[in-house]
Parts: sequence; C-alpha cells; structure tokens
Amino acid sequence: MATGPAIEASGLVKRYGETVALAGVDLDVPRGAVLALLGPNGAGKTTTVRILTTLTVPTEGTARVAGFDVTREPVEVRRRIGLAAQDATVDELLTGRENLVMIAELHHLPRKRARTRADELLQRFDLSDAGDRLAREYSGGMRRRLDLAATLVNEPEILFLDEPTTGLDPRARNDLWGVLEHLVEGGVTVLLTTQYLEEAERLADDIAVVDHGRVIARGDARSLKREVGGDQLHVIAVEAEDLERIAELVGRCAEAQPSVDRSARSVTAPTGGGPGAIAALAGELASAGIAVEDLGLRQPTLDDVFLTLTGAPTAEADDEVEVAA
Amino acid sequence: MSELAHSTWVIARRGIAHMRRQPEALADATIQPIMFVVLFAFVFGGAIKVPGGGSYREFLMGGIFAQTLTFGAFGTALALASDRTNGAVDRFRSLPMPRGALLSGHAVASLLRATLPIALMSIAGLIVGWRIHSNLGEALAGYALMFAFSFAVIWLGVLLAATVGTPEAVQGIAFIFIFPLTFVASTFVPTSTLPAALQTFAEWNPVSAIAGALRKLFDNPGAHARPDAPWPLHHPVEYSLIWIVAIVVLCAPVAVRMYQRSISS
Repeated sequence: MATGPAIEASGLVKRYGETVALAGVDLDVPRGAVLALLGPNGAGKTTTVRILTTLTVPTEGTARVAGFDVTREPVEVRRRIGLAAQDATVDELLTGRENLVMIAELHHLPRKRARTRADELLQRFDLSDAGDRLAREYSGGMRRRLDLAATLVNEPEILFLDEPTTGLDPRARNDLWGVLEHLVEGGVTVLLTTQYLEEAERLADDIAVVDHGRVIARGDARSLKREVGGDQLHVIAVEAEDLERIAELVGRCAEAQPSVDRSARSVTAPTGGGPGAIAALAGELASAGIAVEDLGLRQPTLDDVFLTLTGAPTAEADDEVEVAA
Repeated sequence: MSELAHSTWVIARRGIAHMRRQPEALADATIQPIMFVVLFAFVFGGAIKVPGGGSYREFLMGGIFAQTLTFGAFGTALALASDRTNGAVDRFRSLPMPRGALLSGHAVASLLRATLPIALMSIAGLIVGWRIHSNLGEALAGYALMFAFSFAVIWLGVLLAATVGTPEAVQGIAFIFIFPLTFVASTFVPTSTLPAALQTFAEWNPVSAIAGALRKLFDNPGAHARPDAPWPLHHPVEYSLIWIVAIVVLCAPVAVRMYQRSISS
C-alpha cells in the first residue's frame, strides 16, 4: 500500500454550462481517516464524490486518490475504491448473491473466488438468508447493506459513501450506522456525504461543511458546534403573546441574544450552562407565571451551523420559509 | 482483450437474467410478432392481393421478420436507458472494467435476445402455412441476414439511448419513428398499392429491403419485382447488405462516442 494521503484535491471546479457545481474545493484526507462532507442538497457534495471516483472530469483542478490522478489514471483509482452512490444502485432483477458475484467478476476475481467472496459478504451484512432472493424484494435497509457489501468486494482502500442513510427509517439508519462504525474500526479510509450533523458527528472525526460549491468550514463536530455556540436553550410557548416575555427571560439565562420564531412559537438561544441553564430558566418562568409547552436543551442542527457560518439558513430552509409565508 | 471479453460476458449474462425475470419487457419480441402474424394472416390478409400471385401468409412472414427485428432497437435502447436512470451505469463506471464492456455486453445480450423472436416467428409462420421453398444454403443465408440486421439495429438503439436518455422518452420515440418506418414499407402490403410519394419512400426503405431479401432467400411470394421497379426491389439482398454495412461502419462509431459522452457528465 502506498503512503501519502488517501485523498488530495486542490482547486476542484466543475461547471455545467452556466451552472457552477463546484467553485474551488480543496481537500486532504489522511489514510485511515473518516471525513464527512456536510451540506444541503445542491451544495456540491455529490459532484465532489463523482470527481473523486472518476465518474466525471473536473473543469479545473486536480485530485489524487490512493496516490493516483483521477483523470489520468482512472483505472488505478477504480481498483482501490468502493462507491456507494446516493440511491443504492443494486440490480433489482438479480438476487443479492448474483449482485455480489457480478461485481466480484467485474473486479476480475475468478468465478469460484467471486462466489466465496459473495458468501462472506452476505454473511457479514446479515443477508445470508436473503441471498437468493431478488433484490427488488429487499427492504430499504437491506438494499443499503447489499449496496455497501458490493462496494467492499475488492477490499477497497478508500470508501465513498454518498448520503448512505438517506431515505432509511430511523431503525434501519441506526443499524447502518452500526455497520459503518464497524467498517471504520477496520481502518479503511472513508469519505461520506450527509445532510445531518448528527450523522457526521457519529461517524466522522473530521467534518467539512460544504455550501455553494465551496468548503466553508472544517473541523470536528465539537469545534463546529462551538462556532455555533454549543447547546441551544429551546422554549415553545403556549400562547404567542408570551413570546416577548419568554425571550426576555431566556436572554437572562443564555449567552447571546435569543431568536424568536413566531410561526413555531419558539425562542432559541445558545447556552454554555447545560442542564443548570434549564433549571434556572424553569425557575424564572414559574415565578413569572408563564406556562410553556416545551422547554429543553437542543443540539445545534445543520441549520444552526449554516446560520452561523453563512449568515443565511440553508437553501432548503429558505424554501420552507417561503412556503410558510 | 481477454479482459474485455470477460467483462462483456459478465454484462451480457446480466442482460439475459433481466430478460428472463422481466418477461413483460420481452413483449415486443414475443407476443407482439405472434399477434401480428395472426392479425394479418387471418384478419387483413383476405383483403390483400400479392402481386404475381401466391399465398399472402407466405408473403407476410418476410415483412413480420423485418418489422420485429427493427423493433429490437428498442430493447437495446430501453435496457441502456434504464441502466442510466437507475444508477447502474455509475456503478459499472466506478469499477475497473474496460471502457466499452458495458456497451458490448448489452450488444451481445441484444443479439442473443434476437434469437427469441426469430425462433417464435418461424414456428408461428409454419403453423399458419409459411414454408421455405428455397434450398438449404439460401435458407441459412436468410437466417444469417436476420442476425446481421439485428446486429446493425443494436447500434441504432445505442444512438437512441444516447440521444434521449430516459426509458419513457425511448417509448415515446417508438411511435414517431418505428411505426412509419415499419408500416410504410413492403412489410404487410405490396408497395405498388401506395400513393406515389409513399411508394418511393417504401421502395427505398431498408425495412422493405430486409422483407424483400427474406422473401427472395426463402423463395416466398412477392419476391419478384415488376420490370420498371427501382434497383432496391430487384436487388433486395445487396441493398440490405449495403444498409447493414453502412449502419455498422458509419453509425456504430458515432453512437458509441455519443453514448460514452452522454454518461460521463
């Protein structure tokens, strides 16, 4: 295995006609690390993955994956990577086992070896019983696991997972996180994309926040949250007319000016006080005689991170506001 | 080279598994030609006179073969288009398989697929009274011509997939191109009954050429052209071969390049 970083990209630009999908992305991922690209739809996450996995050629810039140039030595790159694309691209008209055997054969494994490899992977991903069923009968979680198994056929050095849990129900998502954590412990380098800060935090030790085709922040979950201001005090009022007084009280217990969302009847403000801040606020509310529907500490969401980093909510949140208005 | 052959065969086997498990997608190669045989042999056939005499049912078969093999372009285009829409193309392109193996695999599968309608129609034809009256060599040449035409048609399918993209769009195009192409021809009626402009189109139409060539090679009615007919009608086998070679030599490279470009954005 070669030394040097698993992924190094500099100045990646991708234009489709007038549209700029990537506006200059630099990335470096050391071997064995797990990097999450975090950002809303259309931020450029998938385009970055497509360039790094040789599916599309950058308009400008260069990238090396596993030590090979993605545009000049694509086959060498493909030998060493696994890609799980956004919507689990399993072949629905083949059985789980046939899917894996086919991929193994396309990786030039002899037929017999391909079969044993498929069996190993089916077992590892808890699909042995379903191995001879057509993939179109699989549940969403099973499809993802099969898709993931397919990316591991060649024992890749670097794994690309494009929104690995999108569209899964909470239980299947949790199961898949367990599988991914296990993989990561095995020492493979992973680049994953996600829209959820929670997912990035759980799986990755390093997060790059992507917006409008650029990396706008980089760090671990803790440092990103620190930029947002840590936990948020979150209060939902029973009556809308109480909002102003609640905001005043929240302001006393928090570290910054609270923000008020009238349509949600909520007041939010960053706090470093932890549970103590809740207790203090609860006391204040009680002595002021204000009833609230909900009071709690909330972790910052991707929206909060975005709000802080860009001064604007994510594009999707924008849409929602417009719809609500 | 062996790497290309190996990957091609893996993709072709996948294509065959798809056909086996989705028989409804084979309708254009199975039910449809049989329905056309029955429809024309028993419903329209009585009203159509074959020039030079002879059985209409025997005249019909060359036309149905030509039409059905032309439809083969859609099987290829549909398979390629759905691979692109459901992400299979990206998966294959992220694997270290030779460039081109995906297309050649589809081509091999399409060619194998063509054996199905050829066999089914031959049987259906024999049941309604079609016979091969020529010698063994000519009969074999007839079947070889069918496979050669099927091979050429694959590249039209690739071109179609590269141009339109989605399976739905491929379906839509079927009605715009393939129906005029296969009906304004000598497939079901003698071209002499058509109005002048359509008659010229039909006489130079490659689908007519295949139909005519098969009638000639199987020695079926309608094989003999009237003295003042244009060159293609007198030499349907040669004219068919010109089309087949032209499509393979001129259209295939363009189709492959357009397809590769369409999937790499």
